[in-house]
Amino acid sequence: MSLDNKKVKEIAYLARLNIEDSEIEQSTAELNNILKLMDKLGEIDTGEAQPMAHPLKMSQRLREDNVTEEDLSEEFQAIAPKTGKGHFLVPTVIE
Amino acid sequence: MTWETVIGLEIHSQLKTKSKIFSGASTSFGSKANTQACAVDLGFPGVLPVLNQEAVKMALRFGLSVNATINKNSIFARKNYFYPDLPKGYQISQFEIPIVGNGAIDITLDSGENKMVGITRAHLEEDAGKSIHDLYDDYTAIDLNRAGTPLLEIVSEPDMSSAQEAVAYAKKIHALVQYIDICDGNMQEGSFRCDANVSVRKKGAKLGTRAELKNINSFKFLEKAINLEVDRQIDILEEGGSVIQETRLYDSIKNETRSMRSKEEANDYRYFPDPDLLPVAISDELLIEIKKELPELPTEKKLRFVEKLELSSYDAEVLTSQKEVADYFEIMINQGADAKLSANWVMGELSAALNKNQLEISDSPISANELSKLLSRITDNTISGKIAKDVFKLMWDGNGSVDEIIEKQGLKQVTDSSAIESIIDDVIANNPDQVQQYKDGNSKLLGFFVGQVMKASQGKANPKQVNEILNEKLS
Amino acid sequence: MHNLTIAEQIKGLRNKDFSSLELTQHYLNRINDSELNAFISVTSNQALSQAKEADKKIANGKSSSLTGIPYAHKDIFCTKGVKTTAGSKMLDSFISPYDATLTNKLNAENMVMLGKTNMDEFAMGSSNENSYFGPVQNPWDTEKVPGGSSGGSAAAVAARISPFATGTDTGGSIRQPASLCGITGLKPTYGRISRYGMIAYASSLDQAGPLTRTAEDAAIVLNAMAGFDTNDSTSANKSVPDYTQCLKNSVNGLKIGLPKEYFSDGLDKGVEKVVMQSIKEYESMGAKVQEVSLPNTIHAIPAYYIVAPCECSSNLSRFDGVKYGYRCEDPRDLNDLYLRSRSEGFGDEVKRRIMIGTYALSAGYYDAYYLKAQKVRQLISEDFKKAFKDVDVIMSPVSPSAAFDLGSVKDPVSMYLADIYTLSVNLAGLPGMSIPAGFSDNLPVGLQLIGNHWSEELLLNTAHQFQMRTDWHNYSPADR
Repeated sequence: MSLDNKKVKEIAYLARLNIEDSEIEQSTAELNNILKLMDKLGEIDTGEAQPMAHPLKMSQRLREDNVTEEDLSEEFQAIAPKTGKGHFLVPTVIE
Repeated sequence: MTWETVIGLEIHSQLKTKSKIFSGASTSFGSKANTQACAVDLGFPGVLPVLNQEAVKMALRFGLSVNATINKNSIFARKNYFYPDLPKGYQISQFEIPIVGNGAIDITLDSGENKMVGITRAHLEEDAGKSIHDLYDDYTAIDLNRAGTPLLEIVSEPDMSSAQEAVAYAKKIHALVQYIDICDGNMQEGSFRCDANVSVRKKGAKLGTRAELKNINSFKFLEKAINLEVDRQIDILEEGGSVIQETRLYDSIKNETRSMRSKEEANDYRYFPDPDLLPVAISDELLIEIKKELPELPTEKKLRFVEKLELSSYDAEVLTSQKEVADYFEIMINQGADAKLSANWVMGELSAALNKNQLEISDSPISANELSKLLSRITDNTISGKIAKDVFKLMWDGNGSVDEIIEKQGLKQVTDSSAIESIIDDVIANNPDQVQQYKDGNSKLLGFFVGQVMKASQGKANPKQVNEILNEKLS
Repeated sequence: MHNLTIAEQIKGLRNKDFSSLELTQHYLNRINDSELNAFISVTSNQALSQAKEADKKIANGKSSSLTGIPYAHKDIFCTKGVKTTAGSKMLDSFISPYDATLTNKLNAENMVMLGKTNMDEFAMGSSNENSYFGPVQNPWDTEKVPGGSSGGSAAAVAARISPFATGTDTGGSIRQPASLCGITGLKPTYGRISRYGMIAYASSLDQAGPLTRTAEDAAIVLNAMAGFDTNDSTSANKSVPDYTQCLKNSVNGLKIGLPKEYFSDGLDKGVEKVVMQSIKEYESMGAKVQEVSLPNTIHAIPAYYIVAPCECSSNLSRFDGVKYGYRCEDPRDLNDLYLRSRSEGFGDEVKRRIMIGTYALSAGYYDAYYLKAQKVRQLISEDFKKAFKDVDVIMSPVSPSAAFDLGSVKDPVSMYLADIYTLSVNLAGLPGMSIPAGFSDNLPVGLQLIGNHWSEELLLNTAHQFQMRTDWHNYSPADR
């Protein structure tokens, strides 16, 4: 599976990464190189094997429905890049 | 050119747990911005989710209420996209294996007909925060209090073929989630949100392209938005165009739907099982325990009202549509009140008074016990139905109990036949012309005589006896 | 003092040969003189007050075994009030408002944190050359890499500027730098140590672990690090044994498996020689060696390099310039905020892996990549299960070569291929160790020990017995 520049740009956007036009060729080449390695997966016959999402056979533990957290908003917002009136701020979003 | 409408609804129901689905922060509504968003909710580096057991139980309660398959090992999956009110850059949801599978629910249409609507699935997920656009000119402000609140997303089959059916279904689900106490149903606060997938097709053709309608927070708007969309799509198709698959926002002020900006376009969510969470195992014991704790469901209750209490299907439907109303009604029945009479009063006088004063039945100044007492005074002939309405008003305004008011106001019905006869004799004597007209065939005048007798008795004469004796005397 | 092991330092503190304050100051001085770039932050003031506090506790008899022992903390673990960077520009300004569970546990022992160690950015790398804060030097030869991603931690312990360091291992990031730096590194069974507060790279593979000079030291600190954590859904609810109790068992009769797939082309002859010599040492102790087969070994590379990037592409989405971390200057709009903050904040290797992961999870490719990789994972796991029916411990090289020159490996794929011996262990969630086993061309070579799930006691025992008979763990770069 080989990627072209256009596809690489799409993937980059999905991941909100910027690739300058001057770098696109190199990025595409690099990714295709790595993909060659990954494509080796296609050659493997996994037979009946089930996908293994976790190494341990455990089920999800359930938590009791209790409020255990207190208001630390001041501390949290003190390290935020931009806040105002108790909110996190981003450039205006038009919906 | 007959067009068929195909509608499916996706309902997001906020579960009324105390804490969030994956963290121990509070879920209460209306707090100061960001005071209920803990480290896990904010997606700080290194934090991890732990599942709230109550959210699971609530999802199971819903699944059992709609006779759905329960997936004994459901999986949480990440839905990846970027938006400022989504702190982790992904929403933890369920994709391939949701906790609740196929189910169905019965709805009653305006015509009185019943229709089964299929439920494809219901899954657990976390809510996002809120974006506020009017706090600043150049910025959008983000409040993450809501981030992490548990949601149950209920997806219907595309079984509805009109806006009315869609509304009937939405209302039924709305009632159900409150019945089983998993959601407070407050649409103004956003606890219950409906999205509609709408498409049209020529009769017999395959499914058309659908558009998704969002931002609908009332049943009235749901109906309007769907109808608008159906018309819009038919217009496009009749002119030879094609419908684009997109998300459209409903604008209630302009009463139109608008295409949403490219936020939604080409969104590849890249779902995959969340590696920070493990499969949710549901045991048979847990299901039995939850089934036991389920209250009698609306459908069962309605059936019982029709069969055991001999109410009409319509009355039963209305009385069971809200749990509080059904509970109120049942207290009355348990006090011995007549079912039909109680139904009439709850759906009539009580309902009107509550609406006028914008009260919920749980805030009614007249309790079920008191209302049933009032009805028993009608049944035992102490007062007439008409007088009872006056007593009701006085009770509403806090003027005492039923018997106190009847006593104080001297409203007891006159049931003494001789007393009634005496009044009737007077009326007949005082209205010779009408008597003659009546005897000549104008039977409508009976009402006039009844009116006169009631006036003379200040409304207290027992109407049944008045009618009987009048008939005798005028024949 | 810095030549003492932790076990010896504990005795020293108890016997009042020295105080924690003296020990701590000694290490801080050594760190100050070191040019290895092993530390991103050195927390001198905090360390000195922690040491004073520890001395008080020791004096009052209110101490635990590790009280007063200094350590270096990989900069991937959140530490309240102290910068946690994950080796990245993205978090250069991030002062965590909370402590990782592991940080809490070590604080509860009144240990003394000397500082946060340098690492490959977001734990992605095998040479510690991917750090925003510059590469780390291998103390044995400062022109060579220390390995990665826990390069700073390994270099610090090897150079004896810290007796113990924490690390994380997702594809070999504790074991490989331990091998390249001639020290002992342990990656426990997945779920043994809490991941809460450990900045996530690949959630189903990441695991914390100790880097020390000896297996005995590793056992002592593992006692403090391990344990169930209710904040981590993937944490195993298993009791923690006293890992120091089993060290003295004999390895006579121990069944050792050598996977034939690990001894093929690509393995440096010098490294192979050291490994085989270690195996002979075990045989002389009465262990029985046999060949085993892990046929899916070669598939571990594509499987890992899909699973890890997929998980990390999602884990790193939270770095968006909104709540914490790096934010670009004057973003024009939301997209600009995301695109520039992320592109300016992340280094090249991180961006590469995010791209790979994003692609592999994208529509149409999920089955062929992620799902397939997870199936391969199952096969690899079954290979080990089968092998452990016949043997108790599997031994192998850790890395195909000893430390290589800084800047010499430019091709990411070559770097990935060198992880061949360590990746499978993470994919299967098994415990693995690297212990010093000798030298090749004057550079350290480690021996890998792999055990079945929850066999940390056996691994530590096996490693300790080797260290009772050999001297490799006592060598120091300073001897040169």
